[in-house]
This record gives sequence, structure tokens and C-alpha cells, in this order.
Amino acid sequence: MKMLINVPETVVADALRGLAAAHPDLTVDVENRVIVRRDAPVAGKVGLVSGGGSGHEPLHGGFVGPGMLSAACPGEVFTSPVPDQMLRAAAAVDSGAGVLFIVKNYTGDVLNFDMAAELAEDEGIQVAKVLVNDDVAVTDSLYTAGRRGTGATLFVEKIAGAAADEGMPLERVEAIARQVNENSRSFGVALSPCSTPAKGSPTFDLPPGELELGIGIHGEPGRERRAMMTSGEIAEAAVEAVVEDLKPRNPVLVLVNGMGATPLLELYGFNAEVHRVLAARGVAVARVLVGNYVTSLDMAGASVTLCQVDEELLRLWDAPVKTPGLRWGV
Amino acid sequence: MLDADFFRRWMTVTAESVDREAERLTALDSPIGDADHGSNLHRGFTAVTAALEKEAPGTPGGVLTLAGRQLISTVGGASGPLYGTLLRRTGKALGDAAEVSAEQLAEALRAGVDAVMTLGGAAPGDKTMIDALVPAVDALGDSFAAARTAAEEGAVATTPLQARKGRASYLGERSIGHQDPGATSAALLVAGLAEAAGE
Repeated sequence: MKMLINVPETVVADALRGLAAAHPDLTVDVENRVIVRRDAPVAGKVGLVSGGGSGHEPLHGGFVGPGMLSAACPGEVFTSPVPDQMLRAAAAVDSGAGVLFIVKNYTGDVLNFDMAAELAEDEGIQVAKVLVNDDVAVTDSLYTAGRRGTGATLFVEKIAGAAADEGMPLERVEAIARQVNENSRSFGVALSPCSTPAKGSPTFDLPPGELELGIGIHGEPGRERRAMMTSGEIAEAAVEAVVEDLKPRNPVLVLVNGMGATPLLELYGFNAEVHRVLAARGVAVARVLVGNYVTSLDMAGASVTLCQVDEELLRLWDAPVKTPGLRWGV
Repeated sequence: MLDADFFRRWMTVTAESVDREAERLTALDSPIGDADHGSNLHRGFTAVTAALEKEAPGTPGGVLTLAGRQLISTVGGASGPLYGTLLRRTGKALGDAAEVSAEQLAEALRAGVDAVMTLGGAAPGDKTMIDALVPAVDALGDSFAAARTAAEEGAVATTPLQARKGRASYLGERSIGHQDPGATSAALLVAGLAEAAGE
């Protein structure tokens, strides 16, 4: 497997140096692996801290900036960051108004953020946490680690980020973040596995004529393997799974997300199919985002995330945002 | 009686075996996890040996507490907090004693394993490190060698199980037929204990 890297050990640090060079309006602490918006801490504003394994770019470092995250902690590839990073991030962005940790539901992320929250509270920083768990492919949560956090993370970070920028207090920002999560569902499909730098080869075998339904974002196989389907058939499977679970009554935000190696030509075509299926099911679409946002290294495939919104959530979604990975209204 | 030297040796030989076995751990983690268990633990135990060289705690409890803290600060993922908690809580249970008996270690390790079960919410049979650690602690009353055998057997016995915790749990039935990487690395830790004791 050919990769544009030096050595696997420095992949994350090298990417952070590059992020710093490209975005001077971010403070990038390469050694301690914390990315902070330049003007933090912003007086009176709740700090938003997220993080998780690297390999999902632009999530999360690419979503740091006005209107979205205050700071992000990248871990090793597909590995949760450590509590020290989260504590540093919290200290860097806390203006006294408290900090919200946005945590995807993976055992490692949950444990490390829990430890970091304890440490932060010891230092007098008020911390609230919201858990993102939107993946409908995980059906028997009783016998698993629970639903994974995937595409909805972007919706939570953007909308809670706008709420925090408006100066809402911690409890309110936390409540909005929870509301976004509760109204969001995702489903992902892999056409090819990804290759982690540490392993240097695909994490699982997927024959050319087959695809995986119900994948997560860590190169783990999905729940089911099928013969290759058309874009329209995949859209039907994905949207069906999401709508069945969410049962939206309000208009939805749509995220058609690429896993890293699927070109926009295919993603836009897939988006057309997603819209066809949504229309057939009578689901009204409020806003659409198409692109590679919550990726899985070089995995080919896509995920669909829907978020049911009311007027307030839609207003916060439309609010200006200025980050490396998401930018509008500024 | 076991002194601080014994515990430093335990950590050092474990670090060496993690170094040797890192690729195998990552290979085990690749069909059912995300292919990083070996490299993550390797990073952690490298930090443990470096920290023990820099500051040498004079008590068994001190060695394990320091090692646990290093793992939490460097490993990440679920392994960092779980292994870190295992060693920290075992170390805390040993207290300030300059030397401890094998019985005291067995008791402390049981407290450590209990803490891991509470933190991770896993029980025996969930296809996790617990499946190697619980039998090892049960056998520790006999000898370190017996604990090593029990841990290794516990790790192998995870193969037919369906994962209920951690990332492998998302595969459901497809996780059956693969030995759990966490139970495998836990067996390395127990084997390190036997090796440090010369058994």
C-alpha cells in the first residue's frame, strides 16, 4: 500500500504541522496535540471541545473556529485522545462560562473524556458532556457498546457551536447539543476497506464484487455483506434504515458524507438518489451538505445522516461558521 | 516477598514482550477491531519503562501507580484507561509497603481487575481482557506460572465468543472465530509477571 507519509509514527504530528501552516487563524500545539481557535478563550462564551481518533479529517480539527468548536484533540489514528489533551483543551478555552465536551460513543472516547472531565472539575472548570450516538446500523445496543457516533457529530458541533457563539449558557448549549443528537440518525456503506498507516494494508478483505452495509468510521467491517448494488439501491437501503428509526415529522438536514476515497462525482450522484428516496417517503429537506466530512482514511463509500430540525436548530445551522472544513456566511 | 525491583522487572519484561508481539496484537485487532492495539500498547509501555528509568519509585505500589498513570497519558483508546486503571488500582491497593507477599499481590490485582470491570462494564464472557485477567487472578493463589497458563487459556477461549464490548461488538456474530486482542495482551502482562518471578 502506497501512502503519502514519512513514517507511521509521525503521521498525526506531520498532519498537525501542515494544518498549522495552512490555517494561521488556529493555534496548533503539535507536541501536545491540541487545536484551539486563535481568539480563545472568548469572554462569556461556553467552550466547545471535541476530539477523537485521527483519520476522520476534517473531523474534528477542521471544525475548529468561530461558529463551531473552540478546540479539538486529535488522537492517534482511530484511537481516542488521552485525558491530558482534553484537559489542556478545556483549560485553553474556558472563559469561566464552562466547557462542553462533545464525545462520540466509543468505549475509548467515553472513558478518556470521563477521566478528563474529572480532572477539569478538579481545576475548577465546569464541564458538561454530550454523547453522540446516531448510527442505526448498531441494532442490539444491549449487547454492544451502544450506537456509534458518526455523521451526526458534524451537526452537533455546528449547531451547538452557533449556540455557544450566541452566548447561551452551558446548560442551554448542552441541551441543544442533546436535542441535535436525539434528532439525528446515520447509516454507512463501504465499497472498500481502509488502510491504517500502522498496518499498511487494508484492515479487512472486501472482494471487488461486494460491499459492506452498516459500517462505522474506523475501518471495521459492517454488519452485513452483499453483492455490489447501484447507487439507487444503496440510497434506498441507507435512507430506509435511517427514516425507519428517526420517523421524521419536521424537515431534515441531510449530510451525504464521503468516507474518504469516493469522488464528489459519485457523492453528488448518490445525493440525487438519496433525495429521490426521501421525496418518495415524504420527508422534507431543509438543507443539504455533500462532501467528505467524517471520513475513514482511504475507505470508499458513503454515509447518510439526517437531522430533524425545528426553527431554532435551522437558524443555528444557518449561522455563520469559519473553520478549515466548514465555512459559510462569513 | 516482592520488592519494588520485582515490580520494575515485571513492567520491563512486559514492555519487551509487547514490543515483540506488537505486530501480532495489531493483526488480531484487524479483523474485528481497528488494527492498532499493538502499536498503542507499544507506545504506552515504552513510556512506562522511560518513566521508571527517570524516577524509580521505592515501593511496589509506587511502581504500578506510576506505570498506570503513564498508560492513561499515552495509550488512548479504551486500552489506555483500562490498562492504566488496572495498574493504578492494583498499585493503590498495595499501599506504601516496601515489600508485599504474593498473596497481597493477588488480592491487590483482584481489586485492579474489579476496577477495570466497573470502568469498562465488561463481565467474563464478553470477549475482552477480563477473560484473561479473571482466571489469572483466580490461579494466582497457586503460582505465577499457573496464572500465566490460566491467562493464556482464557485468551484462547475468547475465540468462539461473540464480542459484547468494545469495537468488536459492532460486528455481532461476525466477531466469532477471532481471538480477542485485549485478552491476548492481558495474557502478555500476566506472563510478564511469571517471567519476573523466574517461573
